[in-house]
Amino acid sequence: MVNQVLVLDVFLLLLVAATAIAVVTVRSLLSATILMGIYSLLMALVWSNMHALDVGFTEASVGAGISTILLLGALVLTKRFAKREPIIHVPALVICVVTGLLLIYGTADMPKFGDPNAPIHHLRVGQDPSKKSLLLQNVGKHPSAAPRDKGHAHEGHPDDDFNGHVPNTVTSLLAAYRGYDTMYETTVIFTAGLSMLLLLRRRRDDDEIREGRRS
Amino acid sequence: MREHEPPDEVRTSMLPDETMSQQTLVRVVAKMTIPFILVLGIYVILHGELGPGGGFQGGVILAAGFILYGMVFGADELRRRIPTVVFDIGMALGALLYAGTGLASLLAGGTFLDYGMLQPTHAGDGEALGMTLVEYGVGITVCSVMTTIYLMVSDPADSKVEG
Amino acid sequence: MLGYFNYWLAYIIILIGFYGVIARRNLIKQAIALGLFQTGVFLFFVTMGVYRTPDGTPGVAPVWTDAAKTGPFDNPLPHVLMLTAIVVSVSTLAVAVAIIVNIQRKYGTIEEDEILEADREAYRKDR
Repeated sequence: MVNQVLVLDVFLLLLVAATAIAVVTVRSLLSATILMGIYSLLMALVWSNMHALDVGFTEASVGAGISTILLLGALVLTKRFAKREPIIHVPALVICVVTGLLLIYGTADMPKFGDPNAPIHHLRVGQDPSKKSLLLQNVGKHPSAAPRDKGHAHEGHPDDDFNGHVPNTVTSLLAAYRGYDTMYETTVIFTAGLSMLLLLRRRRDDDEIREGRRS
Repeated sequence: MREHEPPDEVRTSMLPDETMSQQTLVRVVAKMTIPFILVLGIYVILHGELGPGGGFQGGVILAAGFILYGMVFGADELRRRIPTVVFDIGMALGALLYAGTGLASLLAGGTFLDYGMLQPTHAGDGEALGMTLVEYGVGITVCSVMTTIYLMVSDPADSKVEG
Repeated sequence: MLGYFNYWLAYIIILIGFYGVIARRNLIKQAIALGLFQTGVFLFFVTMGVYRTPDGTPGVAPVWTDAAKTGPFDNPLPHVLMLTAIVVSVSTLAVAVAIIVNIQRKYGTIEEDEILEADREAYRKDR
């Protein structure tokens, strides 16, 4: 029986691959930027088809929105056309094709699309102490953590760690179970903004002082 | 003056030294949609726990509202309306809010980022409160950084028309 | 056979991005191809999280709603990790663009071979 998700998935991914080849091949940088916007929107469709709604939301807003604006601003400040060069660079193409064939040969061991017996759905680190696993961690709550009180759930909602206040499991993972990762990711975004300020803002002040616009 | 144009015709092509804000269609549509974009951004941040959404997505949508204003009316106009200091402080404030929530949990007696200790009797409610505060922090930082990125690459001193 | 299609396409997108980085001389083209590379990696990870019960019911998005209380949910962990990675990818694109703009101001060009030639000229003149 055919997987309904897979049919649309195949069609969309063929479009995505065609757009990716166009992005790398085209000579005008403005066309490459707009094609990256189209590519991001197609990827958002692929994520929505695979029921990854949060990822699709983020890809559409960040990839098709902010990334396009950023590259268009970069084009205004630099050049708009790349220099003419041969379309196919033979040594690089040979390396990519050989690596691709090796990688495709290596997918024979991986679980198929949507396989219910895939290890990601069943195994947790340190779950079975009889099996010798490489990293036997103590997965559980720290002894001084606040005790979870079951039985105080929001009306009609499941009785879980958050008393039913957080139906979106992705946000619960992002902010609570993996909150440490998200804190440093916010720091990464802050660092990117900071480096933009440091690299691009000083020159404007220098120019204005030199032209005598500032006292 | 442009006497050769009939006054009630909506022109869509730009004259040489004209800004986008002098075109009726773009100006009116931008003014109508920017409030809705900002409200949608705040809605997505607030409802991150109830459906798809959260701090990152809502922060980017909020920034899109400001960037649209900057594109239609000029980046200098955006810098005049909202001084750059606000975005600079916003960048750091969001990360500080996130770490501050973790620190508050530490001071309340738990480990770092254990939001359950914010309300020790009902740990589940404390966790939900901590997650809400944390998402606000992420949303503020993401919005400020994306708008700063736009303001940095829209510098008029360097832009030249090049083929 | 078609069950591996997503992995193959993920590798193809990764290798197209990699080809763009090593074979193109324009710096902005290389930055765009790097973003392409990262998207292929996201496709690989999120594909691993898709779930389907043994009797063929497709999994739904991992959000608890009134309509999908106990339905087979997709694994939310790859979604979370890739959410972080998407925002990190736009951050690195922003820093790369800032550096490229500064290179344009200093050298007057953003083609790799012209920049290397200018560096060799400056080195020869210094000697």
